[in-house]
Amino acid sequence: MEQNQPLNFFNRGPSPAVRLVFFTLFSLLLLFVDVRYRYLESIRSGLSVLVYPLQRLVTAPSKLWHEVDDFFSSHNSLIRDNAELHHQHTLDVAQLLQLETLKAENQHLRNLLMVQQRADYPMQLAEIMYVERDIFNRKILLDKGAQAKVLAGQVVMDDSGIVGQVTRVYPWMSEVTLITDKDHAVPVQVLRNGLRAVVFGSGDTGQLALRYMPISSDIQNGDVLVTSGIDGTYPVGLPVAKVIHVERDPAYPFARILCAPIAGVDKRRQLLILSGLLKLPERPEVIEEIATDKPKNSRRGGR
Amino acid sequence: MSDRILNDQEFQLPVSRIFIAASLFVALLLDWLPWQGIWLVLRPDFVALVLLYWCTHKPYHVGISIAWTVGILADVADASLFGQHALAYSVLAFSGIVLHRRILMFNLRQQTLQIFPLLLLAYAVYAAVHWQLRGNISWEYFIGTVVSALLWAPVTILLQTLRRPRAASDLL
Repeated sequence: MEQNQPLNFFNRGPSPAVRLVFFTLFSLLLLFVDVRYRYLESIRSGLSVLVYPLQRLVTAPSKLWHEVDDFFSSHNSLIRDNAELHHQHTLDVAQLLQLETLKAENQHLRNLLMVQQRADYPMQLAEIMYVERDIFNRKILLDKGAQAKVLAGQVVMDDSGIVGQVTRVYPWMSEVTLITDKDHAVPVQVLRNGLRAVVFGSGDTGQLALRYMPISSDIQNGDVLVTSGIDGTYPVGLPVAKVIHVERDPAYPFARILCAPIAGVDKRRQLLILSGLLKLPERPEVIEEIATDKPKNSRRGGR
Repeated sequence: MSDRILNDQEFQLPVSRIFIAASLFVALLLDWLPWQGIWLVLRPDFVALVLLYWCTHKPYHVGISIAWTVGILADVADASLFGQHALAYSVLAFSGIVLHRRILMFNLRQQTLQIFPLLLLAYAVYAAVHWQLRGNISWEYFIGTVVSALLWAPVTILLQTLRRPRAASDLL
């Protein structure tokens, strides 16, 4: 091989192998920095400004399709929808009146009990720009970003329940990790009996898993899980999922419980971003070991 | 058709940097289309295909540095980790450049079989990075390799046709 080496007439710079090694090392360095330190967020958002108009351009055909579809929605269906919505509206108004009185009563009782007031959450409407095309990540991009004062960590929901959490904010977009993402965990409570648990994404759009529940725990098919609000990220009492399958095998320490998300995680185009993040008092540091151990776990789960 | 593609001598086909950039750009846009559900699983990696085409046909015009740059752009748009696509595309470009004489020896159908392992390698690099850093792997991701490999022949024919000078098409 060495003897047949052709004469190098033209200088073409370093050989492919050298270049490969260089770029591989550079990529690995970037990967490492990105995962460990998150220094690159500003570069990422800078590049995203460059990429943003192209992304808008690419989504234009499907948007146009939706608009044409909307335009040709038939007269009959519009009338039917309108009647249905009117009906729903009357019902909702009646319930809203009750809610107002209940709210006042609740506030009064809370005052008497000297418990902290529950805050109202201002919310803003955002539209899904597009769904992530990476099969590993269950993420969506919304059309509101830092310009609309969206912050990372805010909760995203639709009219029926929690959809996910804002994990990264660009100037005009924000990235939402769905609750069905593999790395995502939501602290929940069973509505029927107040049992606390944590629900994990399974990486599949239609499924969540309730892990680490003992076999004897009181969970049935059809139980509704709502957020417990213990983590300080999710507000209390928003519906998350419904239990669809409970398997109690005595061979395992934990029951195998599958849930379906209540919100249309992959169906809606308009979503709500809850703007107010709950301010919890600092966690008192009583025991050193636990205090040093905890943040690592919570960071993994909360992202 | 494929005979004509094979008869195209490489040196007869002109190539401009603008055309290379445009083809890569279009491939990026195709990758960024809002793919969903089953289509997301079946989505071929157009950028990888076009990069591989240029790396095998014009190894001195398109190299690892361009592949890496395109990969970074794909990373930003996909919100994947910085360098994940870049690493995979660099490996793909390298294998394409090293094997370009061998690949061009074959006809289009055999080429498909030849480039399949290269695409698989690039996909495996991407999945391996994800597995190392995130700890999970989804196997249906690799279905994309098969679809991409099947699209090799159409993409090659398309690019060759676009590269052929207009005057020559009158002669044929």
